[in-house]
Amino acid sequence: MAIRCVASRRTLAGLKETSSRLIGFRGIQTFTLPDLPYDYGALEPAISGEIMQIHHQKHHQTYVTNYNNALEQLDQAVSKGDASAVVKLQSAIKFNGAGHVNHSIFWKNLAPVKEGGGEPPKGSLGSAIDTHFGSLEGLVKKMSAEGAAVQGSGWVWLGLDKELKKLVVDTTANQDPLVTKGGSLVPLVGIDVWEHAYYLQYKNVRPEYLKNVWKVINWKYASEIYEKECN
Amino acid sequence: MAASIAVTANYVLQPPPYALDALEPHMSKQTLEFHWGKHHRAYVDNLKKQVLGTDLEGKPLDHIINKTYNNGDLLPAFNNAAQAWNHEFFWESMKPNGGGKPSGELLALLERDFTSYEKFYEEFNAAAATQFGAGWAWLAYANDKLKVVKTPNAVNPLVLGSFPLLTIDVWEHAYYLDFQNRRPDYIKTFMNNLVSWEAVSARLEAAKVASSSSA
Repeated sequence: MAIRCVASRRTLAGLKETSSRLIGFRGIQTFTLPDLPYDYGALEPAISGEIMQIHHQKHHQTYVTNYNNALEQLDQAVSKGDASAVVKLQSAIKFNGAGHVNHSIFWKNLAPVKEGGGEPPKGSLGSAIDTHFGSLEGLVKKMSAEGAAVQGSGWVWLGLDKELKKLVVDTTANQDPLVTKGGSLVPLVGIDVWEHAYYLQYKNVRPEYLKNVWKVINWKYASEIYEKECN
Repeated sequence: MAASIAVTANYVLQPPPYALDALEPHMSKQTLEFHWGKHHRAYVDNLKKQVLGTDLEGKPLDHIINKTYNNGDLLPAFNNAAQAWNHEFFWESMKPNGGGKPSGELLALLERDFTSYEKFYEEFNAAAATQFGAGWAWLAYANDKLKVVKTPNAVNPLVLGSFPLLTIDVWEHAYYLDFQNRRPDYIKTFMNNLVSWEAVSARLEAAKVASSSSA
């Protein structure tokens, strides 16, 4: 997956990460932590700046680092023809790669209020939501309930089933991407319900986090994806 | 199926066997207030509501756990039941001024089954660090052997046929206030400063008795 690798103050580990497009063993492509399109504090009071910084600079960065390590190890194992090493690496690749992909989507799913965060979707996505869920409030209620009910770690998603041409709400465990729930599902909005996404601010009260996160959901981005997939 | 050891919570929220600030500075009072006072309490309260009026009502906790585990096809009450059990077991796995190396028979057994305490430490640490997402790492006893096990979410060794002896909670809520993302530091602190080897020894004795009587 191509990720912008803009060098910035907000990416953590400096040069190795920001310039690593084709560096590395045998020219395998490695990944970098994408820049946030807003400051850490810009989503307050819905999500604290402290959470955003740790979530981005620590959690997401760790997924990127571990994904790159796993890919390098995979490259070596493949070159050596070490079949069992290749198989052994799959869970680290799935977990860390998906963690990277999911979080990259998540940062785009959020926006400061002054940049449209929380503004209801218009256009074709807005109509589709009304058709499938009755209203935006209906969708929000459903996603919040399902997000609160995830046991352990995971995500709650609004997705588009490209084949059936309908919107779906579903949850995934850990870092499982939405596509594990259906091969034709495209994520439009994902909300991280791992405890690290809210604990410092909301503690055990996940429903309160889910109530407030909607104030910074970036429906413009979701609409772009929806319109692109529908055409 | 392995018998439960000692924990007969039966949906009562038992307090930890120490004050909520007694594990400081290794585990903060604030963590205990939320982890025990909110998370653990909620599992107990929600379990009570969930089994009311069903054939699980009034049954011992380990019975509910085994029944609702349902060979891995989890029934609704499993999460609350197992988590109620797991958390009481967790508080009792720790003590103020705990941690470090055990001695006597326990050390001898760790050395027998892991070749050294350091190897056991490494394995337990690795299990706790690599449990993806929420879960637990355990020292468990089965077939006269000690082993390290890691489990996801609410799963515990009872349902896997072994006797739990020690656990560390690696759900993020267990360490986030004190360590944020730094799970390895939390695990190290737990091992060096919190483990109650007395509790582990007592559980091992009970496990040996239980397994010889069912042999």
